[in-house]
Amino acid sequence: MTTYIIRRILQAVVVLIIVTLMVFFVIRLLPGDPLIIYVAQTAQLQAMPPEMIEELRIQYGLDKPIMVQYVNWIANMFRGDFGESVYYHEDVSALMIERFPVTLHIGGLSLIIGAVFGILVGIITAVRRGKWPDKILTPLTYVGITIPVFFLGILMIYVFGVKFGWLPISGYTSPFENFGLSTRQLIMPVICMSFFSIAANARQMRSSMLEVISQDYVRTAWSKGLTERSVILKHAMKNSLIPVITLVGVGVGILFGGSVLVETIFAIPGVGRLLVSSIFGQDYVVVQAITLVIAVAILVVNLLVDISYGWLDPRIRYG
Amino acid sequence: MAETQLTEAGYLEKTPRVSEWRRFRRVFFSRGVVVFGLVVLVLVLFTAIFAEWLAPYDPYKTGVAKSLAQPSSEHWLGADTLGRDTLSRLIYGSRTALQVGFVSVLISGVIGIPLGMIAGYSGTIVNNLIMRTMDAMMCFPMLLFALVLAAVLGSGIWNVIIALSVATIPGYARVTHGLALSIKENDYILAQKSLGSDNIRTIFRHILPNAFPPLIVLMTMQLGNLILAEAGLSFLGIGIEPPGAAWGAMVNSGYQYLKISPWLSFAPCLAIMLVVFAFNMVGDGLRDALDPKLRGLL
Repeated sequence: MTTYIIRRILQAVVVLIIVTLMVFFVIRLLPGDPLIIYVAQTAQLQAMPPEMIEELRIQYGLDKPIMVQYVNWIANMFRGDFGESVYYHEDVSALMIERFPVTLHIGGLSLIIGAVFGILVGIITAVRRGKWPDKILTPLTYVGITIPVFFLGILMIYVFGVKFGWLPISGYTSPFENFGLSTRQLIMPVICMSFFSIAANARQMRSSMLEVISQDYVRTAWSKGLTERSVILKHAMKNSLIPVITLVGVGVGILFGGSVLVETIFAIPGVGRLLVSSIFGQDYVVVQAITLVIAVAILVVNLLVDISYGWLDPRIRYG
Repeated sequence: MAETQLTEAGYLEKTPRVSEWRRFRRVFFSRGVVVFGLVVLVLVLFTAIFAEWLAPYDPYKTGVAKSLAQPSSEHWLGADTLGRDTLSRLIYGSRTALQVGFVSVLISGVIGIPLGMIAGYSGTIVNNLIMRTMDAMMCFPMLLFALVLAAVLGSGIWNVIIALSVATIPGYARVTHGLALSIKENDYILAQKSLGSDNIRTIFRHILPNAFPPLIVLMTMQLGNLILAEAGLSFLGIGIEPPGAAWGAMVNSGYQYLKISPWLSFAPCLAIMLVVFAFNMVGDGLRDALDPKLRGLL
């Protein structure tokens, strides 16, 4: 097990280095002077006198070879310095500390709901295969993986916000400030975000459960005269959960991707919306920082998933 | 006597091929939803190809109807703020969606499949180099990756295609890598090697054809995801430039008028959903018909 963990961590370190290289160089693909990343719009930059541009170039270290710039960039981040936003004139780290909790709040809730309901639906549809719960829920899971996030959002806004006026259609309030309002504002975004995960988890759980319940040891459990509850929950569920764990890892990525759309639709001041507005505002320092933090988060979650996977299923470890 | 033997031999030789194709058809067409998906795809393809003839109005011409006109017998789905016919724009939008989907799937497949093949077939260093890069790319959520890439490259449909293609390369590479690893353990590959066949020949003549069924399934399902991602990007305002029609962009512009004309955004949403659903169903059907063992894997 220890060798397995060490091997996975070493791999993750290599991947991390490639991730940082990608984030650094993708932003450098921008046409024009790289100075626009740190300072201003192209038009403003052209209006500056050349001496001033030269001075700025030295200030931001852009006169040095590109690999030195990369190393400096990494070194700064280790000190918690992600640079300064061109648009907000604020430290990017401060901006992220302000925005990330919002996204994590919504994303975390959606992840939990997606896992719990997904597994539940998967078990029900597998155990009652061909019966009415399966006939109703399984087609719904197909809808769940194909419906565009924004369609679900708009549909809910139309029905619950515009037609009936039951729920606020936008905004975010901290639960510590006003718990009632916060919860009401969260209902639609969380449903919107978790719908896909519920469906995807349910499909995975259903197929792995179907495989497990046809195994010999489950038949033995039945023939011992155990109750359905005991056979399903104690014998079958544990083993069929293993493939679903990987989906949780994938789910984190999907949630960050989905947050971009959901936060735009519901006007939630999270990191996804910040990313979109920074892209349109050409605030590349922010884009760079957010992309990197999200990628590292996903990398870490996947590493943990892999390790727990190896722990749960010894075949993986030695494979 | 000799004649019957001949026909019998011919019969015996021919049967497996025929039944293989028959079995494929029987399994593929056995599920109603799969047939439904196929019909939808054929209709959408038809719509995209013959958009000029099918669209009742010029999709780019403003003022063919009153601004935000309600659905009527002349304008079945009403019109947007600029008075452009929604149905015509919807029809032209299918062109954008399918173009982005098919071209991106081809580009990413053409790059991703050989990468996975090479990684699976070469030594540790090359294998690690390729696969760790793919792992790194997979750390970025697909939509986010494409969003940042498209933003850096600039707007325009081709940049969206490039962004989406690059974002989906690792998916192919990973699946192909896994396939290559398992296929090369087969005895017939060993036999090829002992006959002196070189790596390139072995990869292209023996491994690739055996990896084909799962890859076809993956590509079909990926088409749905790509169309969904393109819709997401154009919903955010990245992609096709203004007069052009893209479903996601239509949703975004119609969304502000949800109260008065909900179908302005509902119609393109339904179109996206239908197409994505159809690709998923056809992918499912292909998987069951080509290789039922893939169930739960793809």
